[in-house]
Order: sequence, then C-alpha cells, then structure tokens
Amino acid sequence: MTTFLLRRIALIVPTLFFVSLLIFGLQQLLPGDPATALAGEDRDPAVIAFLRQKYHLDQPLPVRYALWVEAVAQGDLGESIRIKRPVFDLIAEKLPVTGELALMALLVALAIGLPAGIIAAVKHGTPVDYGASMAALWGLSIPNFWLGILLILLFSVELGLLPASGFVSPAESLQQNLLTLIMPAFVLGNAIAAVMMRHTRSAMLQVLSADFVRTARAKGLPEIRVILRHALRNALIPVVTLGALEFGQLLSGAVLTEQVFAIPGFGKLIVDAVFNRDYAVVQGVVLFTAFTYILLNLFADIAYVVLNPRLRT
Amino acid sequence: MTAQVFGALPAEEFPGEPPWLRAVRRLVRRRAAMIGLAVGLFFILLAMAAPLLAPYDPLATNWAAVRKAPSVIHLFGTDEIGRDVLARVIWGSRASLLAGLVSVMLALALGVPIGLVSGYVGGILDGTIMRLIDAMLAIPFLILAIALAAFLGPSLTNAMIAIGISQIPIFARLTRGQVLSVKHEDYVEAARAVGNPQYRIVLRHILPNIVPPLLVQATLATAAAIIAEASLSFLGLGQQPPNPSWGSMLNTAKNFMTQAPWMAIWPGLAIFSLVLSLNLFGDGLRDALDPRRE
Repeated sequence: MTTFLLRRIALIVPTLFFVSLLIFGLQQLLPGDPATALAGEDRDPAVIAFLRQKYHLDQPLPVRYALWVEAVAQGDLGESIRIKRPVFDLIAEKLPVTGELALMALLVALAIGLPAGIIAAVKHGTPVDYGASMAALWGLSIPNFWLGILLILLFSVELGLLPASGFVSPAESLQQNLLTLIMPAFVLGNAIAAVMMRHTRSAMLQVLSADFVRTARAKGLPEIRVILRHALRNALIPVVTLGALEFGQLLSGAVLTEQVFAIPGFGKLIVDAVFNRDYAVVQGVVLFTAFTYILLNLFADIAYVVLNPRLRT
Repeated sequence: MTAQVFGALPAEEFPGEPPWLRAVRRLVRRRAAMIGLAVGLFFILLAMAAPLLAPYDPLATNWAAVRKAPSVIHLFGTDEIGRDVLARVIWGSRASLLAGLVSVMLALALGVPIGLVSGYVGGILDGTIMRLIDAMLAIPFLILAIALAAFLGPSLTNAMIAIGISQIPIFARLTRGQVLSVKHEDYVEAARAVGNPQYRIVLRHILPNIVPPLLVQATLATAAAIIAEASLSFLGLGQQPPNPSWGSMLNTAKNFMTQAPWMAIWPGLAIFSLVLSLNLFGDGLRDALDPRRE
C-alpha cells in the first residue's frame, strides 16, 4: 500500500507540470500583444508598458514561465485587472458559496441516485428498472441551465414558492439561504444523480450475483438485510470514489447554475472575468480547479484502496 | 443500457455473417436506438432545409409583434424584438449540429493519432503523453472550454475549437486503451512477423479493429459537444447575436421569463430532444457492437 501511495503521489508531479504549462500557454493564445490585451479597454501606453514589465512580457518565454511558476508556488495567482485585488483572495471569497451549493447538490445526487440505482438493480428487468434507467438518461440529456429556467418558471413565476434568484448567506438567515439554494442544488445535482444511479445500478447488479450474496440468502437472511448489509456495502466502493471524480462535473455545472440563479460564486467569478477580459482571474480559477481536481483524484484513489480490503496488501 | 431496457429481441446468429452486418441487425432491433436515430435525422434534415422550412427570416425584427404568445401566425411565439421563435429554433439547429460534428471531428482527428502513437510506441513517450492527457483531464471540460473560448475570443468557430480541444483527452485515452488491448493479438503479431512497417500495422491492422468503441464514443461526444456549445452560447461565448443559436436564445429568454415564457421553452426542448436522441442512439450502438451485451 505504501508503494502504491508513493507511486500515485509521484505521478502528480508531471501532471501538475503539464497543467501549469497548459494554463501558462493559455496566455499565449491571446491575439496580438498580450500587454495590450491585458490592459483591456485601457490603451494608455504607460499602462501597457507597466503591464509588460509587471508580467515580464519583455523576457523570453521560459523565463516568464519560471517566474510565473515561482509566484504560483508562493500562492500568488496574480491580480485582477478590474477589481485590483489578488486573484487568490477573490477565489477564497467565492469558494464558500460554490462549496455550499456543490455540497447540497451532492446530497441531492446521493439522495436520488443511490436509492434509484439500488431499486433498479434489485428490480432488474422490470418496468421499475426501465423507468429508472430512462429517467437517468433524461437527467443526462437535459441542459442544466434549461432545467433551471423551467424550475424558475414553475416554482417562482407560476407558484411563487421559491425565490427566482440571488443568494443569502447562512450567517444572515439560514432559512433564506436554504430557500435560495434548493432549486440550484437540485439543478446541479440532477445530472450527477443520473451518473450515480447508472454506476450504483451496474455495481449492484455485479454484486447481487456474487457468491457471498448467494450465501447470505442461503443462510436465510431477510432480503433487505442481504441488499443493504451485504450487497450495498460492496457495491458502494466504486460509487464512493465516483463522488470525487464528479467534482469536475459539479464545477462545470456550477458555472451555468450560478449564471441562471445569479449566485455570486466561483462560476460567476470566471464568467464575469471572461467578459471583463480579466485574464489573470480566468487563469487563477482554472489553475485552482485543476489543482483541486488532482488532489481529489488522489484521495479517491486512496479511498478506493482503503475501502477495498482486497487491494490493501 | 437503455436500449436493452427497451427490449431487444434475442439475437439470431448467421454463421459467416460479417461483424458489421451483425451489428447493424442488432442495432435495428433496438427500438430506443432507432427512435434516437429518427429524431437525430429529423434535426439534420431541419438544419439542411432551414431556408425552406423556416416560416420567417430568423433575423427579421417586427416591432409590432414583440413578445407575442404562440399563435397561428407565430407557432412558437416571438421574442423580445419581434423575431419568430420557430424560425430561430429551425436555424439554430445549424449552429448546434455544426458545433457537435465539427468539434468531435477535431477531437477525433487529434485524439485518435495521439492515442495510437502513445499506445503502440509505449515507454517514455506513452508516459509523457498520458501525463499531458491527465493534465487536460484535470481541468473540467466546460471550464477548459470557457477558458479557451475566453482567450481565443467569443465566436461559434472558437467555441467549436475549444470544445474539440477539450474532448481530445477522451479520444486519446480510449484509443490508447484499445491499442494496448489489441497490440499483442495474434493478427498484429503476424503482421509484424511478415515485416510490415510500423505505420502500416497501426493504420491497417490495429485502427480498423478499434473503430467500434470510437464510433460509440463519437456519438456520445457529439451529444456532449452540443450541450457544451449551447452552454457556451448561453454564457455568451459561442454563436454571437443576432445569429440564432439555442443556447443564446435561452440566455436572452431568461431575462423575459415572466413576460414571455415561450421564449425559454422551445430552444431548450430542441437541445434536450437532440441530445437525448444522440444518447439513445449511442447507448444502442454500444450494445449492438458489444457481443457480451447480447
């Protein structure tokens, strides 16, 4: 297990190197002079000269890359051109909002995806299974921004039950906070619930035909106990690790969901940055996302080994 | 999976039948896949015949018919500047299908050769390419597409490039995995033993044998690319106004939800139907091409 862990951690280094190259390379895609592009609307030659010097644009490319990596390693992701604040601070400020949304979405996904997957597998080949599988495919095919709009039309415009947009911090009012996040969390959790249902179903189908499940049944254990104690515990191993891997889906979805519901989170930060040509923020957000994804992937792999006794040698 | 669910009939095997013909027979028996294919073809037809089918010019504004509810004159209603929603939905199918097809072709054209070389050559080259692919996969698909579209500039062409590049890792990974599983098969060893050059072994002996999973992935990736294009257009990074695109129509519609809800219904329904049809077809194709799923 130690060898596995060391090997797995060692693999992160080259991946991080390439991630840094990719994100640094994004800046090279800017048409024309990067300093002019970075200056945005401000075409003052003094500003452009200042930016050229500040971002070492007068230096050769490898030097610029080395300087950029050095700064990033020290937590300096650059500064927002528009709001004149460090990108790291902006990310830290928006992260709790998206974090809460993502956590609620994950809970929604678990609450729908797991039971649906279990029931579909237990009722394999019946109309219940067909229905659940079809619902999962619908969940995967519906664009979440459209689902968001439909929910707003129904629950806010028609029924007037939930606020259509906005965000209230839990410190301000927990009740309002939950009310504003119910629809976005459902929208975001919907696609992940579909993926989770498919994975749970196929993992349960495999486990339900295994010898140990047959033995449990032969012992005369009640069916519910066989399913929940024996089958599900084993089927859950791949599903648990899936949670970490769905992080990317959560963040991508959050960008759109936050846009529909006007939630001032991480997703809105990157979209606003794109329109304000605030490239340092775009780069910072992408870098932070990739870094988190790599770490979560590592944890998922470790969790997989820890949860699966057969791999724990 | 869903195609199975929709009750495929038991297979009849004909000895000596070419594998592709068997796959087609299996596919045709899957009702869900056939419904998916029919809906997909309907949208292709719609896109191709847009000038003939659209009842109005999709760009023509009519200030006397601003935000009119669906009626006999405007079946899907009109938008905030009096443009016919049906005409815009019909013309918008072009942007969606174009984005889906072009970006997947781009991803295939770059991802498959990368995967072929990586899997066949192996060693340090494989390790390096795979770390690069890992790095690309570490950035969520849409975030990478948004970042690329941001730096390249917002337009439908750049959105297609961004989506295509973001999908390269999926095809490179899949191709590499498939190459690794067949490169020590007897027929490949035989081709090597008779002195075939490396490129010929890869292109003539390995590639044709790994096409089925690539075909399935391409279908599902097209569905994902259509959603991605709609998402980028919804964010304002894809098709630029006034040209119609389902995503940008929804972006506008969200500002008029209380006054003109129909503006949000039809473009969304179009994206959903097209993506669902491709997913149904892709699932059916996967089942039809995999003998173990029979």
